[in-house]
Amino acid sequence: MSPDRTTAALGVAAACLLAAAPLAPQWLVFLLTLALAKGLVVLGLVLLMRTGLVSFGQGLYFGLGAYAAALLGARAALLDAFVMIVAAVLVAAAVAAVLGLLLARYRDIFFAMLSLAFSMILYGLLVKSSTLGSTDGFNLHAKSFAGIALAAGAERRVFYAVAVVAVLAAGLAVHRYLGSHYGRLATAIRDNELRVEYLGASVSRVVYANYVAAGALGGLGGAFAALAVGHVDPETTYWTTSGEFVFVAILGGTGNVLAPFLGAAIFEAVRTIANQYAPNVWQMTLGVVMLLLILFLPSGLWSLGTRWRRAA
Amino acid sequence: MTAILVAEGVSKSFGAVTAAADLHVAIDRDSRVGLIGANGAGKTTFINLVTGYLKPTAGSIRFAGHELTALSPRRVTQLGVSRSFQIPQLFSSLSARENLLVAVGIVAAAADRWAHSAITPARAGAATDEMLERFGLSPYRDRPAGLLPEGVRKLLDVAMALVVQPRILLLDEPTSGVAADEKFAIMDLVMGAVGGAGVTVLFIEHDMDIVARYAGRVLAFADGRIIADGEPARVLQDADVRRFVIGEAAHAQH
Amino acid sequence: MSALASVAFDGVVYSSWLFMMAAGLTLIYGVMKILNIAHGSLYALGAYAGASLVGAWLAGGYPPVASYALLGAAALAVGLVMGPLLERGLLRIMYGKDEVVLLLVTYAVFLILEDAIKLAWGVESLVVAEPYALPGNFSIGALAYPVYNLILIGAAAAIGLALAWGMYRTRHGKLLLAVIHDREISAAMGIDVGRVYLFTFSIGAALAAAGGALTAPMIAVSPGIGVEVIVLSFAVVVIGGLGSLGGAALGALIVGLVRSAMVRYWPEGELFSVYLVMALVLIARPKGLFAAPEARKI
Repeated sequence: MSPDRTTAALGVAAACLLAAAPLAPQWLVFLLTLALAKGLVVLGLVLLMRTGLVSFGQGLYFGLGAYAAALLGARAALLDAFVMIVAAVLVAAAVAAVLGLLLARYRDIFFAMLSLAFSMILYGLLVKSSTLGSTDGFNLHAKSFAGIALAAGAERRVFYAVAVVAVLAAGLAVHRYLGSHYGRLATAIRDNELRVEYLGASVSRVVYANYVAAGALGGLGGAFAALAVGHVDPETTYWTTSGEFVFVAILGGTGNVLAPFLGAAIFEAVRTIANQYAPNVWQMTLGVVMLLLILFLPSGLWSLGTRWRRAA
Repeated sequence: MTAILVAEGVSKSFGAVTAAADLHVAIDRDSRVGLIGANGAGKTTFINLVTGYLKPTAGSIRFAGHELTALSPRRVTQLGVSRSFQIPQLFSSLSARENLLVAVGIVAAAADRWAHSAITPARAGAATDEMLERFGLSPYRDRPAGLLPEGVRKLLDVAMALVVQPRILLLDEPTSGVAADEKFAIMDLVMGAVGGAGVTVLFIEHDMDIVARYAGRVLAFADGRIIADGEPARVLQDADVRRFVIGEAAHAQH
Repeated sequence: MSALASVAFDGVVYSSWLFMMAAGLTLIYGVMKILNIAHGSLYALGAYAGASLVGAWLAGGYPPVASYALLGAAALAVGLVMGPLLERGLLRIMYGKDEVVLLLVTYAVFLILEDAIKLAWGVESLVVAEPYALPGNFSIGALAYPVYNLILIGAAAAIGLALAWGMYRTRHGKLLLAVIHDREISAAMGIDVGRVYLFTFSIGAALAAAGGALTAPMIAVSPGIGVEVIVLSFAVVVIGGLGSLGGAALGALIVGLVRSAMVRYWPEGELFSVYLVMALVLIARPKGLFAAPEARKI
């Protein structure tokens, strides 16, 4: 998709989704919010993958964002969704800023494993913390947004609408970034880091920046997911959750900022259906689809669109 | 003639293997120096040491008042020493144009820091197209670098090295892997692009015709040492060089 | 003093089955450059196969003494069946792809096998504790330990020695080492790399299954036991250095002792301590404790 087309598509999609906010049934609002939330995490992951790094630990930021949002409500009696979201992003970005200093030095399997290790450290801490509800987690409610009280029953719709706006903003920002010199530099780093260094540019600076951005996006997604579900638990930071994000990234592809959200939407939809009718083969389905994607559609579903347009 | 690059007592060993043994060499500004030697003689190691990719076990390499051995390849490039690679180091999934655009973009973004070129981010596209033209790469501009013919990849590799407008250019076998009848064309192009810009060029070559034609001075390497240093005519006739570098049975190439 | 001794002993017991997992993982990575996530399901398969086999055996009224051999047989069977199935049937198609893509392939296999196990054995737990209880207990000071723990340690030690002997003393082992060093040159020298891959993967699978089978009498075998085991095994292998057998042993020992110490002195830290150690090791030695040197690129 050419730059203008993506921007236009983002705008149109956001408009349609917003229009649906007051009309769509509750289950659809829930599903879409979750898809948007997870899509944000995957957007960050895609940014990293474009730089040549596959993180198997984005669940860390997803969990941090979720728990930060929930803790504000539980501990500080701050029940404002806007404050929760901002806090989630700040906490996630802060942790990413620290961990990124270390992680930016690693590549390939070691980056994947180290990122996984950090997410498992948080998991271990959360599970063993009885004050944080251990494996059960705890609930969160938001009563207002940016000071405006939310009508009972309408909270979820408001969170959904805010999520759409957040996704629009994040999508536009990442799209512009990827289309700029720094986006090209990310791909260059993925292809040949050594050459980038030999051209006088700092690879670790770009990797670090992208890592922090991915962390912030993960936290943002975590906050929306927590608000939509109304509950947080350590599963958010378990390695299998991170694995799901990787799956969605592959499903959608890394070619366009819209792809993560497309992938997340399909993933959530199929998961809902699978949980209803065939919960014991859900993982198997995931596995088979992943293999098929790797074999036949390594650039993800998004590449189908570009292929079709090229053939037309 | 002032020396722009001075190596003193440079040694590098990897365990039992000596890749460089007590090298002493002073390169004059604006000179054209050919580095010859059999495979494994230490030529590429020398370039790796100069550009900071390898740290010497002993010795120093000085350029424009800086001690290069303490620096990373990135810093060395920023100071004005650039290199091309024996196996072209490109960004395979990006097109030829995008490859150059990355290099140009880096230089443009650093215009206020270490880059001395006049390219601004606004002019990046135009500057890239100019460079493509100059190196005859325009026909390949949109093809992914990974799919380009070898000679074109070599040219692109060298073109990228020139984007930073270096004061010293180190070329590692610029014509290897290129068809014999194209070698001179490529060297003409490269040397023409470097031109009278006050750039010192060192190039590693196995083809003695190229060395004879483009080098004003030749350094012959063998087993990590420099066994001959001087004008091409003299060095290429040197008995040790003929034995260790060119081979006993003289090539009757002409 | 006896507190430390019991922590040490528990740690070594834990290390034993971790070593079996790690040895297989590191071997597969060293030879095939694949970090096999499916190793977790192979562990689970070994546990289920072992438990089922022994359960059926005991239900048939046969002598319980043979159950140990049966556990071993179950592990071998899993290796001999799943090894070729996965290597020939799937991995073979994927060779040449990026290391991380291969990682995702094994992740997909893991997901498939997890549900396959559920379909085959159901979701109820399998408990087969007889082999564990049979040999009785022995005492260290005032504490009583199951003799089975000694069997586990013995089995791990035996496997470790067999692997070391096999790799460094036999012809097959030398072929393995050659392929580990350089696949291309090995192939150019006429080594049948495909066969070496098949051999390696099958042995690795059998080792994972052995870890599972020998652990089965100690736990309730249920769906998902492979999920936590695989990340723990990763930690061990990464700590020790990918591709190093000695590293797998040392890594297993470190993780086992750390875990055991945590359980004793600071239970809150039990889960995350291992990953903290892994992160610390990677900070100090970015490629693990015993990492292979890398060849020059330019």
